[in-house]
Order: sequence, then C-alpha cells, then structure tokens
Amino acid sequence: MTEPPPAMSLTKRLELNDVMLSDGATGTYLQYNGLEPGGCPEEFNLSHPDIVKGMAKEYFEAGSDIVLTNSFGGNNFMLQKYGYGDRVEELNRLAAEHAVINRPKGRFVLGSVGPTGEFVAPLGTVSAEAMLESFAEQIAGLVSGGVDGVNIETMTALEEAKLAVSAARNHSNLTVMTTMTFDKGPRGLFTMMGVTPERAAKELLDAGSHVVGSNCGNGIEVMIEVARQMRQATDAPVLIHSNAGIPIIRKGQIVYPETPEFMADRFLELADLGINVIGGCCGTTPEHIKAINDKFGRTQ
Amino acid sequence: MPIVNQRLEDEMAHISRPEELTHIRSLFDSGDELMQNIAYALISGNDRDVDELTKQALDQHYEPNIVLDDGLIAGMAVIGIKFRDNIIFVPEVLISARAMKAGMAHLEPILSESGVEPIGTVVMGTVKGDLHDIGKNLCIMMLRGTGFVVHDLGVDTKPDEFIDAVTEHGAGVLGMSALLTTTMPNMGRTIQAFEEAGMREFVSIMVGGAPVTQEFAEDMGADGYGQDAIACVDLAKTLSRIASHAPTNESDAQN
Repeated sequence: MTEPPPAMSLTKRLELNDVMLSDGATGTYLQYNGLEPGGCPEEFNLSHPDIVKGMAKEYFEAGSDIVLTNSFGGNNFMLQKYGYGDRVEELNRLAAEHAVINRPKGRFVLGSVGPTGEFVAPLGTVSAEAMLESFAEQIAGLVSGGVDGVNIETMTALEEAKLAVSAARNHSNLTVMTTMTFDKGPRGLFTMMGVTPERAAKELLDAGSHVVGSNCGNGIEVMIEVARQMRQATDAPVLIHSNAGIPIIRKGQIVYPETPEFMADRFLELADLGINVIGGCCGTTPEHIKAINDKFGRTQ
Repeated sequence: MPIVNQRLEDEMAHISRPEELTHIRSLFDSGDELMQNIAYALISGNDRDVDELTKQALDQHYEPNIVLDDGLIAGMAVIGIKFRDNIIFVPEVLISARAMKAGMAHLEPILSESGVEPIGTVVMGTVKGDLHDIGKNLCIMMLRGTGFVVHDLGVDTKPDEFIDAVTEHGAGVLGMSALLTTTMPNMGRTIQAFEEAGMREFVSIMVGGAPVTQEFAEDMGADGYGQDAIACVDLAKTLSRIASHAPTNESDAQN
C-alpha cells in the first residue's frame, strides 16, 4: 500500500476503495492502565491525559489509519451518571485533542459517539429533540478538538442512531460512520431492538451516514457473517470492528480469547469480502492491530 | 375453554415448539373469552384495552387472581416465547409490559388486600460500579408479568445493599446483572459477601448480562445463569421452588 498524500481528506481517502485499518479497544486499554471497574473512561481525558495520548500514539504506531477518541460515553445522559453532565463539551474536546496531537500525516481521528442508554419517546422517556441536542453537544466538542470524522457506534435502535447521524451532519461537514451491534439469535442477526444488518445499512445511509457497519458483541466469526450481509446490502463503504471473541475465564482471569495471530488471519477474509474499514472492539489491543497490519503486508 | 378470540388464535402460529403450544393453550383452559381478550390486548401492546377490560372484569366480579393468571400472565407467556424466538424484540416487550402495568394498577390493590401469595419474591439489581439497566429492567418486567414480587435495587448496587434487601424482604431469589466485563467480577464478590454474612444458604442467586455465560456463573458460585428475560423467569421459578424448602423468612435468616 502506498502512503496517501498528506492533505487527503477522509472522504477522498475512502474513495480509493482500499482497506483502511482502524484501532483496537479503548476501554480495554484504559483498564490495563488503571481505569477502575465501572469507572468513567471519559474522565481519564481530564485526569490521565498522558495515558489517553499514549493510547492513540500506540495505535498509530501499530499501523492504524484511523484512531477513535476516548469519548464513547461522552453524551450528557451517560456523563451525568458520573457527575460530569455539565462538562460534555470539555471532555469531548479533550478526547479529540489527545488523539489529534499524535496523528501522523495521512492518518485520521474519528470522534467516538456511543449510545445514550435511553430510549426515544414514546418507548422511553427522552424526547427526540433532547436526544438530538445531546448528540449535537457531544459532536460540537469533538469537532472543536479537531476530529476528521465521527464514528457513531454500538447502536441498537435506529431512531437513536439516526438522531446521532443528523446531529453529526448538521454540526459538521465531516465523514460520518455509523455502526450497530447485532446478536445472532434463532432467526439470524438482529440488534436488541430488532434491526437487521440489511435494514441498518439502508436506513443509516438514507439518514446521511457515509459509511455503515457493525461493532462489538461478537468475535470475528459472527462478524464475518454480519460483514457479508452488510456488503450485500449496499455498495457504500462498510466498517467492521470485531471483539476479540467472547470473554472466558483462563487461570482465574477474565480474558478475551482471540489472539492477534488468530484475528489477523480472519481479517483477511473481511478484506476479501470488500470491507473498507476494519479494526477491533472490546478485548483488542495495539498488538492485535500490529498483527493485522503485518498480515496485510503493510509498513507502519 | 378453547381459544375463541381469533386474533389470539392467530398468535398461536408463532409458537413453534409443540410442548410449548400445548402449555400455552392450557393456560386459557380455565378462562373465558373476556380473559382471552385481555391476553390478546396485552400481547398486542394495547394498554388502553387492557385497562378497560381489566376494569370491566372486576366490575363483573371476576376474582383478581383469575384475571391475573388467565388474562395477563397467560398473555405475557406468549410475549416471552415470541421474544426468545426473535419474533418480537425489546420495543414490543416494553410496550406489552406497559399494558401489563395498566392491568396491574387495578388488580394490585385488591390482591395485596386479600393477601394472595405471590409465586415468589425476587430482589434484582445491577452490580457495583455498573450503571446499565436495560436488560435488568426487561427481566423485572417479565418477572412481574409472571406474578413475582420484585424489589428493584437499581444500578451500582453494593454487596451490603443486596444483603439488606434480601433480608428485609425475605426474598428467596436474588438476581444480579452486569453489562461490563470489568464489573462482572462484582457478582462473585457479592456472592462472597453473602457467604461471609452467613446468608448464602438462604437465597438462590441467578446472574445474567451481556458478558455473563454459564461458565462464569458456575465459576463465581451462582445457582443459575439466564441468557435472556424468559430464561430469567424460568430460572426464578425453578429457584423459588428450591427456595421454598429452605428457611428464607426473615426471622430464620436472622437467627
């Protein structure tokens, strides 16, 4: 792979239509580096800036073309549970700045936007307007910190995902990638809220997302099935971020079982399917990304 | 009576396991058409109809526990199967649970006055450090929809809070939930705390949540693992039967 020209935008870069490598897990990395169980990951942007900066640096060094910010739970609904509901803009701006500071030329930082944990009314108690406003506030912080795009991820409800896409499109002219989390049930792949990969691809693209895909919930085997369905559903760029398997107990420790070598082999299948952006989710580390980078025969 | 409500009959087509179909049909044996109408209103998530039909049944002097068993609980049993089998998903379950609540609003005051025994008492909570509650709340709705009395401790529940609630309510079953891999070990720590408090033998403990598996449940010393809300209800039924043979009431627990 040849290094793209430095000034190329993420949108242009996607048009090259080759495989882009993104990063591994954020939560897993922060836990290895002192985040307490159940602690607020976004608070690390304030209290442990060097760890957050080091994480982005390690992923870029491992070969990531794209690194995500430490802002997954950075909406006011989640942050207020930890007492940071009034610091949404600041925590997201810092998340972006900590990743951007170590961004090499030709690489990209995507602002991570996860679910609010709420249901939109009438199913839940939060109005669509309030949820849209929450995403807009978070994305404004990420944009002011200098992200190249937004990655809306781990969504299960289309209503919520589409509000996040609207917020991203209304408050930036950046590339928007949107992923949902599917479970394999007796009748196939659905999100918890009943959305199929095919419907997710169609509706998210219609809502204005530039890239669609899936992250989390599954190891690489099920993700390959998700990838196949997504790829069949659309010609648009598809993103797949896989967990390093489902956690198991090994020697008294909870571990994610899929090794860098194992995942790297299977990631080649994702590339063969025509998936455009591939990377890791829970349990994946810079070592996983490096193994994939090596497997793809890329330089760093 | 056999099912005469045609739309309820149509629902039977969703139940693919023969033994479950037999069981579900048997739930309607003792009820009449009004009970079937209540069950169908609940399955279709029509809270206004459930509200009106339940009120109508009480006005016609139906026993409240009959309305509960032959109407609401029978309907909820269909919801549970449809959810497990991917025919419906979380939104539909939430809407039916809301309909259940509309019916229970009429029944609960009379039931508690008349001292009808619930099928079991369950304490539920998300473990310490974990703020996620969608799965736990779904389990609670299904448990209540099956006739359990459930005490919800919410999120971020410390071991002492679980112990205090189980003692206070004389609960035979404790359910713990965790979404995060990192907070899941707090389930084991809570079980340990029950051991240390000399309380472990008085309560059956079930666990669930995205990262939890049967393997984890056994490793941490839980009595059961439920993969989803319907498995949680089945487990709570089994564990309640076991618990009913153990001295779970408050005075015994404190002795």
